Amino acid sequence: MGATHLPSTEFDGTELDDQLEAEAEAALGEPSAEMVQLLGPDGTLGTDSVFSEYAARLDAEKLRGFYADMAAIRRFDQEATALQRQGQLALWVPLTGQEAAQIGSGRASQPQDYIFPTYREHGVALTRNVDLAELLRQFRGISNGGWNPKDTNFHLYTLVLAAQTPHAVGYAMGIQRDQRLAEANRLSDSQPAEPKAAVMVYFGDGASSEGDVHESMVFASSYKAPVVFFCQNNHWAISVPTAVQTRIPLSNRAKGYGFPGIRVDGNDVIAVHAVTEWALEHARQGNGPVLIEAFTYRVGAHTTADDPTKYRESSEEALWRAKDPLERLEKYLRSEDMADDAFFEKVAADGDELAAYIRKSTYDSDTPDIRAAFANTYVEAHPLVAEELAWFEEYAAGFAGEDTAEGAGH
Amino acid sequence: MTTMTIAKAINEGLRATLTNNPKTLLMGEDIGPLGGVYRVTDGLIGEFGADRVVDTPLAESGIIGTAIGLALRGYLPVCEIQFDGFVFPGFNQITTQLAKMHSRSNGNLTVPVVIRIPYGGGIGSIEHHSESPEALFAHTAGIRIITPSNPHDAYWMIQQAVDCQDPVIVFEPKRRYWLKGEVDTETAGLAQDPFKAHVVREGTDATVVVYGPLVPVALAAANAAAEDGRSIEVIDLRSISPIDFDTIEASVKKTGRLIVSHEAPTFGGIGGEIAARIGERAFHSLEAPVIRVGGFHMPYPVAKVEEDYLPDIDRILEALDRAFGY
Repeated sequence: MGATHLPSTEFDGTELDDQLEAEAEAALGEPSAEMVQLLGPDGTLGTDSVFSEYAARLDAEKLRGFYADMAAIRRFDQEATALQRQGQLALWVPLTGQEAAQIGSGRASQPQDYIFPTYREHGVALTRNVDLAELLRQFRGISNGGWNPKDTNFHLYTLVLAAQTPHAVGYAMGIQRDQRLAEANRLSDSQPAEPKAAVMVYFGDGASSEGDVHESMVFASSYKAPVVFFCQNNHWAISVPTAVQTRIPLSNRAKGYGFPGIRVDGNDVIAVHAVTEWALEHARQGNGPVLIEAFTYRVGAHTTADDPTKYRESSEEALWRAKDPLERLEKYLRSEDMADDAFFEKVAADGDELAAYIRKSTYDSDTPDIRAAFANTYVEAHPLVAEELAWFEEYAAGFAGEDTAEGAGH
Repeated sequence: MTTMTIAKAINEGLRATLTNNPKTLLMGEDIGPLGGVYRVTDGLIGEFGADRVVDTPLAESGIIGTAIGLALRGYLPVCEIQFDGFVFPGFNQITTQLAKMHSRSNGNLTVPVVIRIPYGGGIGSIEHHSESPEALFAHTAGIRIITPSNPHDAYWMIQQAVDCQDPVIVFEPKRRYWLKGEVDTETAGLAQDPFKAHVVREGTDATVVVYGPLVPVALAAANAAAEDGRSIEVIDLRSISPIDFDTIEASVKKTGRLIVSHEAPTFGGIGGEIAARIGERAFHSLEAPVIRVGGFHMPYPVAKVEEDYLPDIDRILEALDRAFGY
């Protein structure tokens, strides 16, 4: 339960070396004793020398909000899965089981922070106020993006694994420069400073093997960039278990780069929030990057095209269902009289309303036009694109008068 | 007018863009105190500081990837890839991320990253230091590719690349880095569209299209051909993506013959693309098939035999003989 292993801002490599062996011995299937956990599966709140202070910032309203967020995104996930089964989406990437890792971390971010997701971070998207209907556009084949990242500082999903990690570090390097410039240009000390910002980038245990993660961590460490690497270790990279990606807890890898790494119970929304808040503050204050490994589990399939029965036992899934992030928070909220039946009924009703909205938005969504692809390939005028578009328009015009559903250009 | 080398012209162009735009920054391996292995960034870190002339870790994917992030934050990164053959660790970031960001964000995001790559052979170097991978990038929509052949273009085109809102790869003809020429830094060199080809020698009997390091070779071949009474028009392509087909088409409609030469292998190359497009646009004007003069379908050979690999004056003249033989 203790987080005494947590590296301080003043990084102490020797101390970490001593712990390496012990942590390496920790079985990968089970979290080590060093994992930060505040809210246990039985719904009781423990303590932590570092992070209890952060957890204490959470009042009943915030905790109820976490529950409502997790329930909403789980309901959304179910609805999206149903829409895929009904042929309304080409593919869906379920997040069930990872609600606490995503809501806890996303809710720790501030509006001025910038978030780079992978492609399963629907819960983080919710915390950044992305319209969840827009989130489905990519999976319906309407858009490769779907939302404007500038509106929410929540970047587009990136499907090439780990490719977004150097983007996050570069963005953080930009923040560093902006802050140095702003500080230099500040007229006087009485002029309020801009709120400091950090970047958080999500990836998984599978993507942790990609070279871009390594290069990103080298860059981030070298330049002390304000970036939090948030790794959701959900135990399965499609069909390949984490043990094939790493022989040590992923959080240990941070030591090799010279910045703090923390393993947190990814199904404990209170601990995830506390650890992420600490890490983002650490980064914003100019102390450099942090790696968080959220130890969680992908309860469902990798995508709707996947079949987990071919590579893992249902008993394993049952084991993790017993650690469900929503159930444990519900137990806690009820035991502390922070929420009653009426609250949970309201959450369920809100979920149904969200599902209905998602369903209707999907049915009502517009049909894309390939002309938008011509228009957006380049920012500035491009003669080849213009020539091919002109050809296409002429070709499409040849179908004028025919059923538009069959004609070209639709 | 000032006389300087191509390397110095790019250096001055970078200095100008760093001076004119506070968002410009350079990043790459050894570009700081060393000034780059070709000294193209010589002196810049002293003038603009380490925040704007960034010596990076030795990681090309990281260079391109962090440049994308900096561009998303509003910066104008100019990345130096040390040698052509070392761009490939960054290939994924260039083709799957940089090239597509504007499109996949439905036009909401722009990533005006510039990537400078010294390219081409003829310097007697070891493996991976003499390649011409431009066609691999030209096949990717979303990026632009330009290549200056002289100091004046080098000075202005690097600045125009930075000004362009699209990602631009600037292939720099490394064996011509020390080629001297006049640079007009005063008047509006910016008025010259970097994506348009230039007719650098007028002629009436055949057109030779080249770019980057082969422009002086084609001009020498044209002079030699003139002794045989053949009037050769030489076009410096300047832009590899997009390609200025209008200028080539107009020339071919006048001359009736077209040779395209580049150091890169002919198979799947820029010459093939030009041949196909001009075949469509000027079929009835062509007196002979479009002939390509380029590298062979092999890994770039060892330095001691690169003379046999690289297009030279004689190979261009031989191609002209074939074109006139139809």
